[in-house]
Amino acid sequence: MGIKLLPGVHAPHRKNTADMEPVRMPPPAVVKIPMSMNIGRPATPIVKPGQKVAVGEKIGEAGGFVSSPIFASVSGTVKKIEDVLLFHGGTCPAVVIESDGEQTLFEGLQAPEVTDFDSFINAVAASGVVGLGGAGFPTAVKLKADPAKVDFICVNGAECEPYITADTRTMLDNSERLVKGMRMLYDYYKPEHVWIGIEDNKPKAISRLKELAARIDGVDVYPLPAMYPQGGEKVLIHNITGRVVPEGKLPLDVGCIVVNPTTLVTIVRFIETGMPLVEKVLTVDGSAIKNPQNVIVPIGTSLRDVAEFTGGFREPPKKIIMGGPMMGIAVPGLDEVVIKNTNALLFLNAKDAVLPEPTPCIKCGRCIAHCPLHLMPADIETAFQMNKPEDLKALKVNLCMECGCCSYICPARRPLVQTNKLAKGVLNAYNAKLKADAEKKAAKEAAGKEASA
Amino acid sequence: MEEMMYVSISPHIRAKEDTRSIMRDVLIALCPAVVASVLIFGFRALLVEAFCVVCCVALELVFERICKRPSTIGDLSAAVTGLILALNLPVSIPLWQALVGCAVAIVVVKQLFGGIGHNFANPAMTGRIVMFLAFSSAMATWAPAATNPAAGLGSWYSPATVDAVATATPLRYLKDGALGGDYTILRLFLGTVGGSLGETSALALLIGGCYLIYRKVISWHTPVAFICTVFVLSLLKGGASFAAAEIFAGGLFLGAIFMATDYATTPSTSAGRVVFGIGCGLITCLIRFFGSYPEGVSFSILLMNILTPYISKWTMSKPLGGVKQ
Repeated sequence: MGIKLLPGVHAPHRKNTADMEPVRMPPPAVVKIPMSMNIGRPATPIVKPGQKVAVGEKIGEAGGFVSSPIFASVSGTVKKIEDVLLFHGGTCPAVVIESDGEQTLFEGLQAPEVTDFDSFINAVAASGVVGLGGAGFPTAVKLKADPAKVDFICVNGAECEPYITADTRTMLDNSERLVKGMRMLYDYYKPEHVWIGIEDNKPKAISRLKELAARIDGVDVYPLPAMYPQGGEKVLIHNITGRVVPEGKLPLDVGCIVVNPTTLVTIVRFIETGMPLVEKVLTVDGSAIKNPQNVIVPIGTSLRDVAEFTGGFREPPKKIIMGGPMMGIAVPGLDEVVIKNTNALLFLNAKDAVLPEPTPCIKCGRCIAHCPLHLMPADIETAFQMNKPEDLKALKVNLCMECGCCSYICPARRPLVQTNKLAKGVLNAYNAKLKADAEKKAAKEAAGKEASA
Repeated sequence: MEEMMYVSISPHIRAKEDTRSIMRDVLIALCPAVVASVLIFGFRALLVEAFCVVCCVALELVFERICKRPSTIGDLSAAVTGLILALNLPVSIPLWQALVGCAVAIVVVKQLFGGIGHNFANPAMTGRIVMFLAFSSAMATWAPAATNPAAGLGSWYSPATVDAVATATPLRYLKDGALGGDYTILRLFLGTVGGSLGETSALALLIGGCYLIYRKVISWHTPVAFICTVFVLSLLKGGASFAAAEIFAGGLFLGAIFMATDYATTPSTSAGRVVFGIGCGLITCLIRFFGSYPEGVSFSILLMNILTPYISKWTMSKPLGGVKQ
């Protein structure tokens, strides 16, 4: 194909659970469903304490265009609506539902009628789906693109994070729905091609989907070498189509749409059955967990309940990660709940929880050689420490997708990607100041002109 | 109450390689050269090497104690500096002079500029240059090498010339236009010629270099650019056999593989490393062909060390999708 693949790191795969079909967990006694599980505006709760709800019943209305509705994941009674702390420090209301253990389906569930592009987009919006690969961006907003502009659709089956096999299981266990979804995208967007990019450490998923895709026009499997972050949006687009998403632009600006396979399967399931997004396949793994496995969990279940269901801990957990070890979020305790874009829970023991202390940078250049976007993290760190926003601008820290390759590979254990995140803040403040200064100057000049006139 | 969890920003795992393991790999890569030095020059070679390693580590420890800085001897970088410096010395070097070289390398060049990663010049090489200028006669007293390396075993100096007599090195002959004496290109490659402890055996250095590239400790760019530049320029000057002798003689392999690839003092992008290597090759040839010294490798690396910030600036990597503003 002649595309020079972007660099990355060979993180350990640790796909211990790849062959384990997910087990459905019985509903926990209580679920707590936050109204903010997506990028954009939170949903507005539309239920009252004491109200009876059933599985799939809407409990939160989308709070605007970039938002997504939320549905009850268990049947039972709404106990209360309380504020919960979110990862980024803000708070949002959460609906607490006491389960009756019946998992009664909501009577109003009905498959939407999808006949054309517009009804397809409406169905996606109504399904409550957000980017399930981890980003959590409302999918309907992303898919609401002018089909004429779309040349390629890439389904992101890379699943390059260590440990996680939730998408792998979706690709294997729901392969027919997945291919059906790809064909749907092909029909509605008429792109040149719909690819599903899969890392070659998932040979079963590749061969299964190849078999199915062979029967359908316009849909193909694109095997990729196992290399983190193969599933980074910009990396996947580049490595499949050769196109580069420019600074400040979206994949759509270069004619590409990227969708996660679980997202697509959830959309197809909604179109087929009317069941919105209420549960997630999770990989539960890590050095502290007794029985690593995949489980199907109602959204809003606490991590404590999930861990207990899998058989508890081998050792006391010291660090809990929602997501993979490269980009996942370390959460403060077992009371956190599974949300829409959770795809893995990793429980690490004391040994794995503590990271080595940083030592002085030896200027080895590994962070540069391994940055998929060809940034210079060590130089960004220096510019940040010297407080030079103009240098940060020239070094393009704003492009950083925070994949963490630099910190992973650094032999001096420097917190490089962490510094990039801070540096972005410094750069944003600097840009805002430049803009404000320019506006002030323009206003002054205009005032001067007026006065002279 | 439940135990508290650790929280930190991702990533939550790290690669195995750290500074210490990288420096350990460099030490391993230098082992063939150490073995060759003992075979070629006798056991005093090992004494000089051990002495320099111990001195460098001790000096670093003492300096950091005095300055109340955390000790960094555990990262093995001081040991690497000591060993590389020793490999740049003649077997007959008085130990007190070696100590001066170690002090220059560790205290002046490395620690006074902020320690590991902050020095702008290669410590071992600058130490060698200072010794070369300060102790010029001792530094140019090249003990004759064992022509049959096996004979070197068991002897202190080899072949047991206690009062080492200066012999003409291959580079001295090359200065006059062609390899003379009983030197052959094969002997240059194997290293059974007069010279510094670790520089003579291109074979041993090549083995070490391949190990470092295989372990991804160094990239091929600088050594290949450096050696190729010297080869091409020598080819233009004196033909194929002259060029072959030029690359195997002197400290080219030692410099190109172990000193021009020092992280802190050379560019960190591939393009920058190629530029750095070509620059080193160019300066080496200018000194060898036109200068009064027979050898120019260390001076060339030092000069290019000084240019490194500029090379880095010119060869910054281009961010993917970056837009000029």
